[in-house]
Amino acid sequence: MSKFDSPAGINPLDQEKVLARPHARKEGPLKVTGQATYAYEYSADPDLQGTTYGYLVGAGVARGQVTSVDCSVAEAMPGVLLVLTHENMPAQGASDTPVPQEDDATPQMRSAEVDYYHQAVAFVVAETFEQARAAAGALVIEYDNRTAEGDYVLAEVMEDAEKAGSDEESKDQQVGDFAGAFRRADVQLDVTYTTPYQSHAMLEPHASLAVWDEAGEELTLYTSNQMVHWVHRGISKTLNVPQKNIRIVSRYIGGGFGSKLMFYGDAVLSAVAARTLGRPVKCALTRPQIFNHTSHRPATVQRIRFGADGDGRIHAIGHDSYSGNLPGGSAETASHQTKLLYAGENRLVRQRLSELHLPPGGSMRAPGEAVGMLALECAVDELAEKLEMDPIELRVLNDIGYDPEKGPERPFSSRRLADCLRRGAEEFGWEQRSAQPGERRDGEWLIGLGVASAFRGNLVKPSSATLRLEKGGKITVETQMTDIGTGSYTILGQTAAEMLGLTLDDVEVRLGDSEFPKSSGSGGSWGANSAGTGVYYAAEELRKKIAKAAGYDPKKAVFKDGEVWEDNKCTLLGVVAAKAPEPLEATVNATFGDLNKQYAQASFGAHFCEVGVHRVTGEIRVRRMLSVAAAGRIFNPVTARSQCLGGMTMGVGAALMEELHVDGELGLFINHDMAEYHVPVHADIPDLDVIFLEELDDKSSPLKGKGVGELGICGVGAAVANAIYNASGVRIRDYPLTVDKILAGWASRSGSQGR
Amino acid sequence: MTHTTSHGSTDLQLPRSVRVELTVNGQPKQLELDPRVSLLDALREHLHLTGTKKGCDHGQCGACTVLVGGKRLNSCLSLAVMHDGDEVTTIESLGTPDDLHPMQAAFVECDGFQCGYCTPGQIMSALGTLDELERGIPSHVTADLNTVEYSDDEVRERMSGNICRCAAYPNIVRAVRSVHEGGQE
Repeated sequence: MSKFDSPAGINPLDQEKVLARPHARKEGPLKVTGQATYAYEYSADPDLQGTTYGYLVGAGVARGQVTSVDCSVAEAMPGVLLVLTHENMPAQGASDTPVPQEDDATPQMRSAEVDYYHQAVAFVVAETFEQARAAAGALVIEYDNRTAEGDYVLAEVMEDAEKAGSDEESKDQQVGDFAGAFRRADVQLDVTYTTPYQSHAMLEPHASLAVWDEAGEELTLYTSNQMVHWVHRGISKTLNVPQKNIRIVSRYIGGGFGSKLMFYGDAVLSAVAARTLGRPVKCALTRPQIFNHTSHRPATVQRIRFGADGDGRIHAIGHDSYSGNLPGGSAETASHQTKLLYAGENRLVRQRLSELHLPPGGSMRAPGEAVGMLALECAVDELAEKLEMDPIELRVLNDIGYDPEKGPERPFSSRRLADCLRRGAEEFGWEQRSAQPGERRDGEWLIGLGVASAFRGNLVKPSSATLRLEKGGKITVETQMTDIGTGSYTILGQTAAEMLGLTLDDVEVRLGDSEFPKSSGSGGSWGANSAGTGVYYAAEELRKKIAKAAGYDPKKAVFKDGEVWEDNKCTLLGVVAAKAPEPLEATVNATFGDLNKQYAQASFGAHFCEVGVHRVTGEIRVRRMLSVAAAGRIFNPVTARSQCLGGMTMGVGAALMEELHVDGELGLFINHDMAEYHVPVHADIPDLDVIFLEELDDKSSPLKGKGVGELGICGVGAAVANAIYNASGVRIRDYPLTVDKILAGWASRSGSQGR
Repeated sequence: MTHTTSHGSTDLQLPRSVRVELTVNGQPKQLELDPRVSLLDALREHLHLTGTKKGCDHGQCGACTVLVGGKRLNSCLSLAVMHDGDEVTTIESLGTPDDLHPMQAAFVECDGFQCGYCTPGQIMSALGTLDELERGIPSHVTADLNTVEYSDDEVRERMSGNICRCAAYPNIVRAVRSVHEGGQE
C-alpha cells in the first residue's frame, strides 16, 4: 500500500526518456491486423467451439407489465435451446432501481414490470445467431401498456424538480448574496440554454460471452466493459455467485465513452443462460437496442445569470441545471464546473433532478462539464458582447487562482487557463475576428470565429498493479486497468520502462482481466493518472527488490539502459533475474490522500473554431479548429493528442448534430440507429490542431499529470456555437445548432442585415 | 390497454442450408450456410475471421467493410449466398503484426485509431478509396469529372461511410495520404 498524500518530489519519471515522449500504440499492430480480440470474438477459440447465440428481446412499451409471453412457436423453431423470461429466471440479487448499476446487482427481467422501453423482457438462445433472432421475433408478448402514465418530457416535469444529491458534484453552491448582487449589477445577463439527450454511439456494441465450468460454479465472462472490478462485483451481486468464482476478461474495448461503465442485459442474461444450458452463450446488443436498452447522456435545461460591472468583473454568477432520470438515477450535473471556473463573490449554483420514465440516463464523456460548458461558455460570449469586450479578455479578467467558494486557502494545484487562451489566440489568428457578426465573407460563406474555455475536474482513484522481472530481463505489468482506446497499454508501459531504465519494447503490458490486481479502470479521465500511479509504486517496490538481489543499496541504485547501477558497478537486469532464486515481483495498491481537498484540481484549455455558414442555405461547415490544453505532464503526446481530437470531434457533434429525439407518446428515443442518430463523419471534420502547454502538477500524482481524455470535449461545442453566432448573427440556445434554426433566426430578424 | 408485440414470420419454409463457395483471401472456402447468414457473419462466425467487425449490422457504420471482387462492400448488408463464387478480401489478408501492409503501418504510425474497432473497416475502405481514385471514379467532391485526382477532401468524402467515434479522422486522412504519396514515388 502506498499513499500519495504529499506533493511529488523529483522522481525517476522526471527523466522523461520514455514517458512524455511520442510512442505508437503498443497494441497497434494487433488492432490494424484485426487480431485484437474483442469480447464477442473469443468463440473463435477451439475450446469454445459450440458457443451458442443469445438474442435479447426488449420491451415494446415504455411502461407497464408483461401479461403473457407465448414462447410455443419460438421454442419449436429450429436450433432454439432456451427462452428466458421473467417467469423462468433464477433468483437474482435485488436492486431498488431499474437503473443499471456500476458495481452492484442489476437484475434483468426481475419481474413482469416494464420500467422503460427496450428493458429486457426475454432472451432467446439458439445454435446460431440467425435462429435466435428469428425465434426472438416469433415470441408473442402481451402487455398491460401503461405508457400513457409516464413522464417523458423534461420541460413538463421541471417544476417539481428536487435537489440532485449531496455529493460533491450535485450539491448546491451558495456564496454571498447572489440575488442582491445580480439585481445591483451594471450589466446583467439571464439566459436559458437546452442540451438534448445524446448517445455514446461507440462502434463496438455491448457484448458478452459467458462460459461456466462443468459444475456450473465458476464463470468466465468476456465482456466489453471499462471497469473490470465494478462489473466483477456487479455480476457477483446479480448472480449471487462469489466474486472468487467469477473471472472477467475485457482486454480490448471498442469504445465506451461511459456507456460501458455499467453492465446490461448482454452480460447478465448470457451468464444466466450459459449456466442453465451448460454451454457457452454469447450476445451482442443489436445497434437499435443500444440506444434505449443502455444508458445515454441526459438532456438539460440550464439557466445562467451573470451580474458584472461595466469593466467586466463578474460579481454575481448563477447556474441552475435541470435534468431527469428514472427513480434511483442520478442527475446530469451540468452546473458543477461553474463553482470553480470564474471569479465572482456572489454565487448560486444548483442542480435539480426530476423523475422521468425514459431509458436510464448515465455518464457520457465528461458528464456534467460536456454539456454544462456548452451553455456556460456561450453565456460568457453573450456577456462579452453586452459589455462590448473581447471574450478572451473577459475570461482572463475573471480568471481566478483559487476555489472561489473556499477562498485563497484552497488554491488550484495548477491552472493555466489564461495562458491557453492567449497562446491559442496567437496561434489561431484571433485578431482576424470581427466583433460585429456577419462581417467576414468568403464567397457565399459567412465566416465566424469562436472561442471557449475548457475545464474538466481532475479525478483520481485507487489503483494497483503487479510488476514482474522476467527471466530475460524484461518487465511484465499486470493490472485490471482497461484500454478503451485511451492508450493505457502504451502509457503504462512507458511508465514502467522509465522507472526501470528500459525501453518500451522491454515491457509487456497485460490488462483487462480480473485475475490481475484491482485498478481504477477507465472513466472520468482518471485512468492514466490513477493506473499510472499504481504502476509507479509497484515499480518503486520492484526497484528495491532488484537492487537488493543485485547486492546494491536500494537507496543508491540507479536504473538505466537495462541495468541497475550503484556508483560504478552495474548488473544487467537479465542477469539479476537469472540469479534470483525466486521471481522478483511487486504488487502495490496506490491510494490517494486529500491533496484534492487541499487543492482544487482540474485540467484547463481553450478551444478555437472557425466556421462558415452559407448565406443562402444556412449550411454550417467547420473550417478550422485549435485546442490548447494544459493538463499536467502529457504522458504520450501521440495518444493524448488523439484523445483531444476525439473530444473535439464529439464536441462538434454535440454542437451541430447529435440529438436523441424523444417520442413523448411512446416514451422512447425514436432515432435509435446510426443512420438517424448522427455523429460526425470524415467529411465533417477538417484537419484539427492541438497544442499542449508545458505543465507539471505535483499535487495530482507522482506522474504529475492530469486527466486529458475528456478535456477535449469540454467547451468545444460552445466555441463552435460562438463561431456560428459570429458568422451568422443568430444566437441559438437550443442545441444542436441545425440549419433550420439558423434559417428561422434569419427569418425572425428584422431587416435581415448581414447576409 | 393491451399491447402485443411480435415481429417475425413464423412459417419460414427456407432451406436449412445452402452450399456457398467463396474465395477468401485467396483461399477457396466451401460453406454450408443458413441462407440468412450475412457475408459478415459468414466471415466472423463460420470462418472465424473476426478482423472484420460488426458495428451496426445495418450498413450505417462501415466497420464491416471488405473488398469483394476488389470493390468496397458493407459485408453486413449482403447475404453470403449472394456471393457464391466471389473473391472476398479481408483485413487478415494484408499483413501480420510483424509484417504490416503499408496501409496498416501508416495507421499505426499516424495513430489512425484509438479503440481499434472501426479500424479494419477503415483500412479496407482506404485501400478501396485509393483504388477508386486510381481508376478515375469521381465522387461528390470531384471538381472536374475528367481529372480525378487524390486530395484529402476526396478521402474524407469517400470514407464518410466509415464512422470512427473515437474520431481519429485527421490521423486516418494523414495515413491514407502517406500511403498515396509513398505509392507515387
